[in-house]
Amino acid sequence: MFLYAPYIIFFPLIGFLFLGLFGSRLKNETLIGTIGSATVGFSFLLSSAIFVQMLGVEEIQRRQTVEVFTWLSTFTGSTTSLNVSVAYQIDQLSILMALIVTGVGFLIHVYSIGYMHGDKGFWRFFTYLNLFIFAMLNLILADNFLLMFLGWEGVGLCSYLLIGFWYEKKFTGDAAKKAFIVNRIGDFGFLLGMFLIFQTFGSLNFETVFNSATNISIGNTTITIMTLLLFLGATGKSAQVPLYVWLPDAMAGPTPVSALIHAATMVTAGVYMVARCSILFALSPFTMEVVASIGALTAIFAATIGLVQNDIKKVLAYSTISQLGYMFLAMGVAAFSAGIFHLMTHAFFKALLFLGSGAVIHAMHDEQDIQKMGGLKKYLPVTYWTFFIGAIAIAGIPPFAGFFSKDEILWKAFSSEHGSWILWLIGLSGALLTAFYMFRLVTLTFDGEPRFSIKQDGHLPHEAPKTMTIPLIILAVLSVIGGFAGVPHASVIEHWLDPVFAPANEKLFMAEHSFEWMEIVLMVVSVAVALAGIWAARKIYLERTEIADAFKKKFHPLYELLLHKYKIDELYQEAIVSPIQKGSEKILWKGVDIRLIDGAVNSTGRVVQWCSQTFRVVQTGVVQFYAVIFVGGIVAVLAWILFHM
Amino acid sequence: MISLPSYLMLSAVMFIIGVCGVIARRNAIIVFMSIELMLNSVNLSLVTFSAFLGNATGQIFVFFVMTLAAAEAAVGLAIVIALFRRKQTLNLDEINILKW
Amino acid sequence: MELIVFDILAAVSVVSALLVVTRRNPIISALWLIVNFFCLSGLYLTLHAQFIAVIQILVYAGAIMVLFVFVIMLLNLGDERRLRDALSWKKIVAVGLSFGVLMELMYALMMRGQQYPFDAIKATEIGTVEYIGSQLFTKFLFPFEITSLLLTAALIGAVVLAKKKFE
Repeated sequence: MFLYAPYIIFFPLIGFLFLGLFGSRLKNETLIGTIGSATVGFSFLLSSAIFVQMLGVEEIQRRQTVEVFTWLSTFTGSTTSLNVSVAYQIDQLSILMALIVTGVGFLIHVYSIGYMHGDKGFWRFFTYLNLFIFAMLNLILADNFLLMFLGWEGVGLCSYLLIGFWYEKKFTGDAAKKAFIVNRIGDFGFLLGMFLIFQTFGSLNFETVFNSATNISIGNTTITIMTLLLFLGATGKSAQVPLYVWLPDAMAGPTPVSALIHAATMVTAGVYMVARCSILFALSPFTMEVVASIGALTAIFAATIGLVQNDIKKVLAYSTISQLGYMFLAMGVAAFSAGIFHLMTHAFFKALLFLGSGAVIHAMHDEQDIQKMGGLKKYLPVTYWTFFIGAIAIAGIPPFAGFFSKDEILWKAFSSEHGSWILWLIGLSGALLTAFYMFRLVTLTFDGEPRFSIKQDGHLPHEAPKTMTIPLIILAVLSVIGGFAGVPHASVIEHWLDPVFAPANEKLFMAEHSFEWMEIVLMVVSVAVALAGIWAARKIYLERTEIADAFKKKFHPLYELLLHKYKIDELYQEAIVSPIQKGSEKILWKGVDIRLIDGAVNSTGRVVQWCSQTFRVVQTGVVQFYAVIFVGGIVAVLAWILFHM
Repeated sequence: MISLPSYLMLSAVMFIIGVCGVIARRNAIIVFMSIELMLNSVNLSLVTFSAFLGNATGQIFVFFVMTLAAAEAAVGLAIVIALFRRKQTLNLDEINILKW
Repeated sequence: MELIVFDILAAVSVVSALLVVTRRNPIISALWLIVNFFCLSGLYLTLHAQFIAVIQILVYAGAIMVLFVFVIMLLNLGDERRLRDALSWKKIVAVGLSFGVLMELMYALMMRGQQYPFDAIKATEIGTVEYIGSQLFTKFLFPFEITSLLLTAALIGAVVLAKKKFE
């Protein structure tokens, strides 16, 4: 069964090619949607089959590689030879990621059939989605850095294509460009990291690199630089400080795109990469500290911005950035499986929340400002209940999924030798804010009295079609039960992923923690904090909204700062983007391009013209002149013969 | 006995005079005659060598050169006639249609 | 004795050549060219090249020059007009270059020339009509036949080029 692994990636590729070539001619939306979803569905089935097979097999044998073909091969016989093949590695981590990607991806494809109904680029949407799944699977299942980078860049490309899907509007194009360019900065770090890896280890293959890495001692400078560069790539792709600015703008794309790419899959690529290279990160305590700090910082930073946003999707975007911060925090304190566990639960409830918001936007005829919503509970029951479940999950209330994963992270941040209570405190504050803004969102959107005119075009807001609500329900169920995979001290996930992180854990001398009372205490604290946040939000926004207004007036400068996202975008524009643009225009365009290069080309032409004009005087048309030249030639030749030979 | 270099020197002088005529005169007929002069100087040179080396090939060659000179003179003068009919002048400076 | 003959013939040929090149009237130039040919013929005789000497008179002086004279008279060329035929740069260049070539040739002859003895008997032997004929019709038969083709082509060419167009 393992040998069929490449087909996981192959199906979406076929879908992409088929829809790309023939999609514009197919008029039947259902057909296009079915093809697009079916390919991802098949990938999911195949991944599940392989997963089941892995369960029945011994631990050692769970890691296998299947090679499809050799990609690059430069044999120079020495360490400078580069040998890269398109080969896929199935192990516990990658199959788990593949299940998440294909499973959630499948649900979102089905949802899109309903959401994108009537759009004139329907076939294009599914083409791009399939391409995205293809690239993402390449990233996850690759067995070497170069193939992973191919997938990395591929998802970046698809992100650009999908954010800018409605390309007629200018701001979507700008958002797409911003996403791609900011990603590129991160990719630059990734590339440099790859170069360094190749130079140090002589290969880009995961197995080779990681096996050699086990022999290196902790604190090696090269490894530190290497991992910092790789982490730079991760910050770009996974929207951490300072490269997170593209994610809020990316909400300009259709909601299924936000759900799939910017919640469940693409942004987790950075987390996956850090997890995959866990041994390298383990060798560098400094980088681990950096990772944890940036994760914690991002978590609280984004949460503060999310508090005051009024666009339903922007709140969710900042929430995503914040939750990704938690995942990196986990990685930084060497709780690798906890981070991956949170990745999984986050995929469930964040996708659910996004899809739910899509249903709301669909019902409200593309209105996204929550200040103009309210009271939708009556009209959109299914959406309301699934959204509510998602919100509870993300707030971290047991026994829903988010509680187990977030709590694991907070506990490890507190207790691990690489964590500290400061990190725990920051994480806890983030959790409080998370609960608060999520329920602010829920309350303002669904509860209370409607703040809009109910009858729009004579219709009441109505529930979304089945293709949209069924995925919502499925994801809601997963958000409820998904947490039980990671019950502390009986964590199925941790046990499953242990072999993958074993080399890293060995290096870090992570011992198996026994049961401690502190753990229970912290658990109670975090649940209390979450409940407090939820209660405060409901109180303020449901009953006594004047408190919110009072706060707004009293802390007006702070409010403005948060509303405008700490003006980071403006800062970047002034400090980085503007100088580069102006410099390019004045120096590179006017100076180099026009004067130098065009000048060189034009000069060549002019030189040729000048030469020909100078030389054509010889053509006088008078024969005697030619005879003179003859004689001159004879003189010269004779002279040469006589005096040089 | 007359030495070889004398004949060759004479041939060279006649040749040079022919070259001067070709370059410096404007009348087409005179230019033609200068060309004939050049050909004859070469003939002299060939016959000289043939005599001094005892090889008849030189004289055979002269035979062919003469034949060619005759043919060339015929055709060349026909061209001159055609040219004169067109332009009513034989001044070579004015025949410069091939100018750039 | 032979030396005197050679000297006279050489001098006359050089002088006549100069006169050919410098006269304004084309007929005068043609006549002086004929004198030059006669001198050359004499020089050939001093080299015991009988056949060539006679051919020179017959072909060059007798046929080619007659053709030249016919054409000059046909075209009714008068004196070359006395346009400011002063020292044009063309003449200077011509004389200068020619002088240069002459110097080089003299240098070649004097410094690098080799002396050969003159075998009069051999020269006489190869100069006869008989001998040349035998060579021409055996060893050089092919060029001989080709030359006849060449003359045919020249004949047709001359006729085509010089005739008046059909009105």
